[in-house]
Amino acid sequence: MSSPTAGGGPVRDPAQRGAVSLRGVTKRFGDTTAVDQVDLDVRPREFISLLGPSGCGKTTTLRMVSGFERPDEGRVIISGADTTDVPPHRRRVNTVFQSYALFEHMRVAENVAFGLKVKRQDRETISTKVAQALDLVRLGELAERYPAQLSGGQRQRVALARAVVNQPEVLLLDEPLSALDLKLRQAMRHELGRLHTELGMTFIFVTHDQQEAITMSDRIAVMDQGRIHQLGTPTEIYERPASRFVADFIGETNLLDVTLVGTEEGAATVRTPSGEVIGRVQVEGARTGGECVLAVRPQRVVVVAEVAPEPQDCTLFGGVLVDLLFLGDATRATVRLPDGSELVAVRHNEAGTHPFGMLRPGDRVKVGWLHEAACLLDR
Amino acid sequence: MRTIARSQRRAAVALGGSSALVYAFFYLPVIVLIVFSFNKARTGGAWTGFTTNWYSLLAQNDQIKTATVNSVVVAIIATSVATVLGTMISLALDRHTFRGRKAAQQVVYLPVIAPEIVTGVSLLAFFSLALGRLNDILGRGAEDAIRLGRPTVILTHIAFCTAFVALVVRASLRTLDPAIEEAAADLGAGAWTTFRRVTLPSIMPGVLGGALLSFTLSLDNFVITFYVAGPGATTLPIEVYGQLRRAISPEVNAVSTLIFAASSLLLLSALGVQAGVARRRLQQVRPAKQGPEPNQPITDPNPTPIPQRRGQ
Repeated sequence: MSSPTAGGGPVRDPAQRGAVSLRGVTKRFGDTTAVDQVDLDVRPREFISLLGPSGCGKTTTLRMVSGFERPDEGRVIISGADTTDVPPHRRRVNTVFQSYALFEHMRVAENVAFGLKVKRQDRETISTKVAQALDLVRLGELAERYPAQLSGGQRQRVALARAVVNQPEVLLLDEPLSALDLKLRQAMRHELGRLHTELGMTFIFVTHDQQEAITMSDRIAVMDQGRIHQLGTPTEIYERPASRFVADFIGETNLLDVTLVGTEEGAATVRTPSGEVIGRVQVEGARTGGECVLAVRPQRVVVVAEVAPEPQDCTLFGGVLVDLLFLGDATRATVRLPDGSELVAVRHNEAGTHPFGMLRPGDRVKVGWLHEAACLLDR
Repeated sequence: MRTIARSQRRAAVALGGSSALVYAFFYLPVIVLIVFSFNKARTGGAWTGFTTNWYSLLAQNDQIKTATVNSVVVAIIATSVATVLGTMISLALDRHTFRGRKAAQQVVYLPVIAPEIVTGVSLLAFFSLALGRLNDILGRGAEDAIRLGRPTVILTHIAFCTAFVALVVRASLRTLDPAIEEAAADLGAGAWTTFRRVTLPSIMPGVLGGALLSFTLSLDNFVITFYVAGPGATTLPIEVYGQLRRAISPEVNAVSTLIFAASSLLLLSALGVQAGVARRRLQQVRPAKQGPEPNQPITDPNPTPIPQRRGQ
């Protein structure tokens, strides 16, 4: 068992400062298992996102790091010390709440000063640190206002200042941008990125917005039904999804049910339901043979006229163009394969040219993808 | 269009007229009472001239003075205890889950709903039984027995005032984001600091409102008090009732006017406290919005409502 000061006391190994490890953490609420045997190692000063649909257990995982939920099984290790049994107010982590949870009866400066006052720092230190924190989030002029007098974006930044003024080893952010409108949300993404660089502390960011996670994170943990499906950099998650869920959840993906025919040097040959045999497919998450699912991003799907010469490094097969949709910056084509399944292709619109040439809905086309653009996953 | 406008006007007139009648029905008797407390004539319904004589006589009336002091003492003690108890109860009912919580939530408000006469009779029965047993145990005879008196009145008032305080405080707890207490803990505050610095100040308008309400209710209460007061603990409403049985005197008019004034003042301040806090926090925003806005790098013109969603 840990000593009472485990979370708040001196850190034993300075290199571990800001590291968070979850070891086999499980949390149940009644009959439902919110978090199921989660292992996660967050590196010091890393910006990591817990990404998943609502109900996937990401907030519960965060609340076990902040101490508001106690895991039924497993250990929570913060900065190298076992913190599982340390109450929230003794942990060296701070949270930015989804509802901001500002103290409405205190002015902005008093809100920010709260943590320092509770820790009995002297008056001068407090006022210096509060002023610094408010400058950091660019709210210096509003120090004397009450929260009720602030806009949503300003309240959000008060919540940030109130947390970071305590110089936590880990900053926990629970969907902090979800209550803001689109423009402000984009501005705050940059703001958070800047804060992360300037403060040099670990950020654990919970979100259901893949765009947020992809643009801000060093690494992303994709969660569903209480488990981490994949942990990796945004590029890895996007380019090499490890499961059907990840491929489907992150961005838009074509998923085709296929049968594995054979594997050779890490590349697989599969057969589609309409009988096409496709080679040189990356094997990513698929461990078993037989029934698999093939994932390919719409940006990688090639659509050409039936009579066109076959491009190099491409496997093409027949289909019918059923829909062309103008999206503004891009055009989206839907091709129906002989077995009824559909493949979506997306191309950026270049000035003066049509991305899919002279193709019109109803045309017979050849469709496929560049080798290595598709990957094979468990069904 | 014209018919719509006309029917709307007709509805407005009808609504205004009936409201005026209702208010007249409520307040005309009170106004008559107040006017006649300044009338020179001792009896009869005729106005014979202005005087404050009845108020001076009141100041010399020892029975009224004793009863007033008694009422105020009871109200102060009952309110203090009820405010603490009621706040604690509503916190427990709102913040903690325990077996029988739903039932407890309903039972707390029973004194608010139950007819006063039922509460009065049942408390009388309870106190006779309890005091009888107590006297038996202490071996007290008829001459030195513990009887109904100020303590029983205070206990009774605590009982029904607690229910009202709990009701009012719970209403303000409901509007409170439960995450603010987690935020306090997150920032390093223990349970007591969180309560003292965050929870209590946040629900203070409700607590003060409940206290003022219970003070008024205690001061005014007649029916329940009538049953549990006993001879030595006459409160002001009971004293007034006693004097009325002899004659409707201008002194009674005068004392009723004072009670009415005191109750109105307390109730108005109870409402004022609740409204004032919200206003105070918002009022400074108005001049600021008219003047030049402070320099902000990222402006969000529309304050976004805060979601009150708990995580999954």
